Amino acid sequence: MPSVYGYFPGCSLRAAGVAYEESLLTLFRLLDIPLEELRDWNCCGATSYMSIDEGSAFVLSARNLALAHQAKHHDLLVPCSACYLALRKTQEYVEHYPQIGRQVEDSLKIAKLPPLNSVRVRHPLEVLYTDVGREKIRSKVIRQWRGGKVACYYGCQLVRPYAEADRDHDPTRMDELMTSAGVPTVEYSLKTKCCGGSLTGTMHSVGLRLNHILLKEALRKGAQAIITVCPLCQCNLDAYQSEIRRRTGEAVDMPIFFFTQILAWALGGDVQSLGLKRAISGRKLVEQWFPKEHAGVRAAAKGEAKAYA
Amino acid sequence: MERKLKFQREADPEWARQVSERPGCEGLFSCLQCGTCSGTCPLSIYMDFAPRRIIALVREGFRKDALSSQTIWLCASCYSCAVHCPRQIHITDVMYSLKREAIREKLYPRHLPIPVLAQEFYKLVRGRGRSSELWLALRMALRSNPLILLGMIRTGWDLVRTGRLSFRRDRIEDILTLQRQLTPREVA
Repeated sequence: MPSVYGYFPGCSLRAAGVAYEESLLTLFRLLDIPLEELRDWNCCGATSYMSIDEGSAFVLSARNLALAHQAKHHDLLVPCSACYLALRKTQEYVEHYPQIGRQVEDSLKIAKLPPLNSVRVRHPLEVLYTDVGREKIRSKVIRQWRGGKVACYYGCQLVRPYAEADRDHDPTRMDELMTSAGVPTVEYSLKTKCCGGSLTGTMHSVGLRLNHILLKEALRKGAQAIITVCPLCQCNLDAYQSEIRRRTGEAVDMPIFFFTQILAWALGGDVQSLGLKRAISGRKLVEQWFPKEHAGVRAAAKGEAKAYA
Repeated sequence: MERKLKFQREADPEWARQVSERPGCEGLFSCLQCGTCSGTCPLSIYMDFAPRRIIALVREGFRKDALSSQTIWLCASCYSCAVHCPRQIHITDVMYSLKREAIREKLYPRHLPIPVLAQEFYKLVRGRGRSSELWLALRMALRSNPLILLGMIRTGWDLVRTGRLSFRRDRIEDILTLQRQLTPREVA
């Protein structure tokens, strides 16, 4: 395990996914793992830039990888699935296609950045599972779970096809981490089915339908909440439930969390620092599962967290 | 009635060969037409040609049909087809390649907001180095269908209320160097 991880937040963690960043930073603080944000990082290009200009899309990601290399990071923590895929794909394509490699190399020279080398792109799910380990997480749990069963939803881009974060067809690491934190999970067969990404904004009814299917299946399996690893999945599932209710007449109102919120809560993080107040759907359950404690209890929890560290 | 038959003389096999030489599109001619891609695609039911048919059209050289299809824009890049394909064809990369050509040749369907979003995203990131959801949504809606904004009011308010939608437009410090690194492309 490296002593410090480079950290690439990506645009979404500064916008709709701000609770992801808040809870991620809290969680890593509770685990005493230092993160160092890349200086002046840029957008990864996501899926849209690739639809206009392939070469430059790789240059965008390569600039971030080169910045990580320049800052002497061996491991770059990338929490957003779209960023994770863009950065991993860039590494693969630069190596595999000489013409792409040349364009990227030339562009890095213009910016006086070092050429790409073996910076490891890591998703927090992978870091928590392999570098930290379930044992350590279990030993640091200081809060017993008072909520219901959850469905772990991995989404698409994290597990395919350039990913090392988990198995592509049947990822299980989030479920295992939840078990370590004492959170019961259900079998969720749609766990890698796509949420539609930006389609909720462009082809609204198509996007809504994809998310409706995901929510309905989680309910059918007995889950009361969905846990996600991606800011876009979380936003899609969370922000459109009132519209899904209105259009279908079905009573869906379930909270959608980031896995870092649940883990950090178990390790003693408080409601404010985990961005739990930023939930749009299922707010009643959020308040019930994550009660605001009076100051004494919170201090005790904090003291205990320190004692563990 | 719309003619459903296709004639070989309308096809351009040379174009198909060119597509198969682009990065990620190498497996084009090894396609078995098994349909696994269409079966696993979460969006195939909304497409005018499901992925298997797009691959068939491309490798026969029916350029205009493929480039003006809605299918390529509905692809959300979830890579499900790519990981399930028994021939390991990078179907997502084929879709990307077709999207780029459709933009270049101005053959994309004009009524779809998705290519508009892609172009606005491109301009925003080229101009500032980072994306801002609010400005992106506004520019996409104003250029494609302003009525979309009406449907966004509720969600937009929910996001503002919970501090998840910023009015600030982020920009990186070294944007001028980044712009020199990126080759310019003409977009609408």
